[in-house]
Amino acid sequence: MHLHSFITLFWPSTVDGLVLGSIYALFALGYTMVYGVLKLINFAHSEVFMVGTMAVLGLLNLLNVHSPPGGFRLIGILLLCVVVAMLASGSVALLLERIAYRPLRRRGASRLAALISAIGASFVLQEIFGIYYTRNAVELPSLLGHAVVFKLGSAEVTSDDLLVVITGLAMMVLLERLVATTKFGRGIRAVAQDPETSTLMGVNLDRIIVYTFLIGGLMAGVAAMLFDVHYHQTQFNIGQLPGLKAFTAAVLGGIGNLRGALLGGLVIGLLEFYGSSIFGSQWRDPTVFVVLVLVLLFRPTGLLGESLTQARA
Amino acid sequence: MKVIAVVGIAAMGLAACGSSKKAATSPPTTTGSGGTGSGTTLKLGFFGALTGADAQLGINIEDGEKLAVSQYSATNPSVKVTVVPFDSQGDPAQANNGANTLINDKVVAVIGPAFSGESAAADPIFEAAGIPNVSASATNVALASHGYKYFHRVLAADDAQGAGDADYLVKTLGAKTVAVIDDSSTYGEGLATVVRATLKTNGGTDVFDDHIAATGTDYGATVNNIVSKKPAAVFFGGYYDAAGRLINQLRAKGYTGKFMSGDGSEDAKFITDAGGAPAAGAFLSCACADATKLPAAQAFVSGYRAAYGTAPAIYSGEAYDATNFVLAAIKSGGATTPSAINTYLANNSYSGITKTIKFLPNGNVSGGTIYVYEVQNGQIVQIGTTS
Repeated sequence: MHLHSFITLFWPSTVDGLVLGSIYALFALGYTMVYGVLKLINFAHSEVFMVGTMAVLGLLNLLNVHSPPGGFRLIGILLLCVVVAMLASGSVALLLERIAYRPLRRRGASRLAALISAIGASFVLQEIFGIYYTRNAVELPSLLGHAVVFKLGSAEVTSDDLLVVITGLAMMVLLERLVATTKFGRGIRAVAQDPETSTLMGVNLDRIIVYTFLIGGLMAGVAAMLFDVHYHQTQFNIGQLPGLKAFTAAVLGGIGNLRGALLGGLVIGLLEFYGSSIFGSQWRDPTVFVVLVLVLLFRPTGLLGESLTQARA
Repeated sequence: MKVIAVVGIAAMGLAACGSSKKAATSPPTTTGSGGTGSGTTLKLGFFGALTGADAQLGINIEDGEKLAVSQYSATNPSVKVTVVPFDSQGDPAQANNGANTLINDKVVAVIGPAFSGESAAADPIFEAAGIPNVSASATNVALASHGYKYFHRVLAADDAQGAGDADYLVKTLGAKTVAVIDDSSTYGEGLATVVRATLKTNGGTDVFDDHIAATGTDYGATVNNIVSKKPAAVFFGGYYDAAGRLINQLRAKGYTGKFMSGDGSEDAKFITDAGGAPAAGAFLSCACADATKLPAAQAFVSGYRAAYGTAPAIYSGEAYDATNFVLAAIKSGGATTPSAINTYLANNSYSGITKTIKFLPNGNVSGGTIYVYEVQNGQIVQIGTTS
């Protein structure tokens, strides 16, 4: 127990925790939306994220970026990165829906079958990159360098910290509004509430499911791009651990609940850093899961409850 | 893919340099399909990571072993030897399967296991089957503590390395305050534990300990602690992947103190994993010598270059020596069974390119210099020894 380090490291831990938490939150959206609509845990979502990080890597290699670019070129590259990552992750999510889930759903297979199919798809995607690309960790160039924007207590807040947190929050708000206010969002909520009745009401079930996967994939793409910008490294199995944490974030916040994913992501990011500063890094993950269990004991449906259906219009 | 590429390059190198390099004129008899001629053919196992995160270390060892065997085969001996590799991916969970696979293949000796974690799991199986195993790289102290007769290693153990590292940090680099981090692996934690213990007795202070996950991507919590405690140096016990990420994140957060790690980080991948520039000035220690700097090893270095197109890297020379010692048992000792080879290894010494190998009864090698390397201009350069 090092309560002293918790106090001295409070601000750096908070900044790093929020950055990591924002990535978890965006990543968690894919789990939470698919669960909300299909009651399926899409375990291949971690590979949707991985493909996004690889797409950014490929793009930067293609553009031959090695050192932090400046000015408009930097903004251009960042925008291009996010678009490419979203396209790559979005397509993989669609492909997964088409190949790994839809055939099962059509034949009325149980949710358990879809779950196994998800785990299988996850291995396949990982091994494709592991076998045909490399199993080694691959470095990406640092796009933003180490530019301190301001200091928060004893912590330096750099431009990439800000980029991650602001982009993360902006995407979350955008998506929340999309689901709460548009016709398409109403469709998602209707399917989440009762798939059969919503079909009777004229909702195209297949289309809603495809869109749900697509949005989850797009958000994972944004998370992947932010991850690359912040950690400058990727690997064929990079999605595994963050994927597990993002799924945990979704459960902690209340699976199926968009705001819950945000809250859960941020809480887990912070817990990881506070936990390691108090107990040491080896207790990082145990801290998260102990808190998860405690929360679920008192609030079995997570912090905000399972309510994609109840999002207010 | 990498393994195939390396073997491919090896084949091309052998073909291309056939006219000039005597040692390289032999066809690569290491593919396991050769040896159909007259006389007996013995199988020599390789056990280590050929794929996976830290595979480069295993590839270096396999290349050293294959070079020794192909040079041996070039002399057209009556007893032929082929290499049977097992790719453990560096994962202790594969060790059981790997040891049994090699035993079923009827290998007479094994070069490996490469890493300490997998050695701890595989050594008892080789011991029970009576297969001599010579590791070119597993340095965990406890491996020699079981009284095994068939276990050997050609490198000094981590107690020598860790003590040397702690002395080097405090006495040579003048770093009185040190943060000691490990990756929670058998090797990494073992090495870091020795460093921590030695710091208590040699005038240094261990200001911060932490155990990170080797597979983690974010070491922010550890880095924040180090940045706030400002030790003069950071020591990391672990392998190059995590070491690269750690130094990258340390430098990104503005830590300017010294960084040192052990032989597990001594690979060019450490520099690329660190993102290049952040690795500059990092110190790495190893009980292994840089073969390109050893006068006795120049023939080996040119043979290695001819076969693989690169200079020998960490452990290649040690693997070459370990393999040659086993081959000497077959050639000079006339040993063709595992137990005869083991008896030869125990009772003889071998004058190799990196050192003269004489095994102690517990399997450790006698003597042991710890070499220090520094990352200079993107290269790992040998700069001296710890003493």
